[in-house]
Amino acid sequence: MKSNLSALAAGLLFGLGLMLSGMSNPGEVLSFLDWSGVWSPDLMGVLGSAVLVSVVGFQLARRRQRPWFEDQFPDLPKKPIDRSLLIGNLLFGIGWGLAGYCPGPALAGLALGNDEVLAFLVAMLAGGYLQQVWALKRSDR
Amino acid sequence: MLTELDPSSHWLAGQVAGIHFFTLAGGMVIGAAAVLLYHSIGRIAGISGIFFTGIKEGGLWRGLFLVGIVLGAGLGAQLFPTLNIVTRPNPGFWILVSSGLLVGWGTRQGGGCTSGHGVCGLGRLAPRSLVAVLVFMAAGVFTASLLRHWLGVPA
Repeated sequence: MKSNLSALAAGLLFGLGLMLSGMSNPGEVLSFLDWSGVWSPDLMGVLGSAVLVSVVGFQLARRRQRPWFEDQFPDLPKKPIDRSLLIGNLLFGIGWGLAGYCPGPALAGLALGNDEVLAFLVAMLAGGYLQQVWALKRSDR
Repeated sequence: MLTELDPSSHWLAGQVAGIHFFTLAGGMVIGAAAVLLYHSIGRIAGISGIFFTGIKEGGLWRGLFLVGIVLGAGLGAQLFPTLNIVTRPNPGFWILVSSGLLVGWGTRQGGGCTSGHGVCGLGRLAPRSLVAVLVFMAAGVFTASLLRHWLGVPA
């Protein structure tokens, strides 16, 4: 119960932050990514302040044996820096630069009267599904 | 929804050195959300991961987190209506679909997005996430600049 309520509260805060920071405005995102025109440093403000808070928060968490409402911190698998990481993030970045959406802001757009996120989200779902099918086929060989 | 920012509409719409105050406030709220999720239930607030794992494996907390994002954004738009803007033209159906396909595929293959690798990964000082952020930032800059500068997509 407490765990689920915390997840809801964290989601609410996250959504509020996405809207307030301007991340849910793809024009704001593109004005940072587009270096060919008038460049805006705003996205550095968002990522910088978010990371500042999260660095402090994650450091404080290292002193804890377990989270408030669960018995233990789930193991985070140590994964290598490999081809999948590089290619996956390359493709993600290209998609991000095309329309200015990453997953969170696109979800947030559902509540902001922004109809264009629907096409994006359905395609995102399909893209993730296709990747999983492809990865399964590949591991069979 | 408005199409441009009115700098006189809210004190958060002011700026220093080109960085608007609302980006700093919003970024801190995002960071606080990620910290809350980790301290309370030990989970990483990676939205692409929670979204796709939630579809595959379920999990009430995942559903609630995602519903919270939508509701929280709606709440934000009520609290700050003049900051709820979209300042670029609709790029059209096919750009949106290609972009969605790439973001869905790429975040699965690359194990995260702006929240998981960016806010949380950098916050945890994970070298892997730093590499991820540098790669998707560079790819995003290249793509957005190419489209607008050389292909003449309206910005």
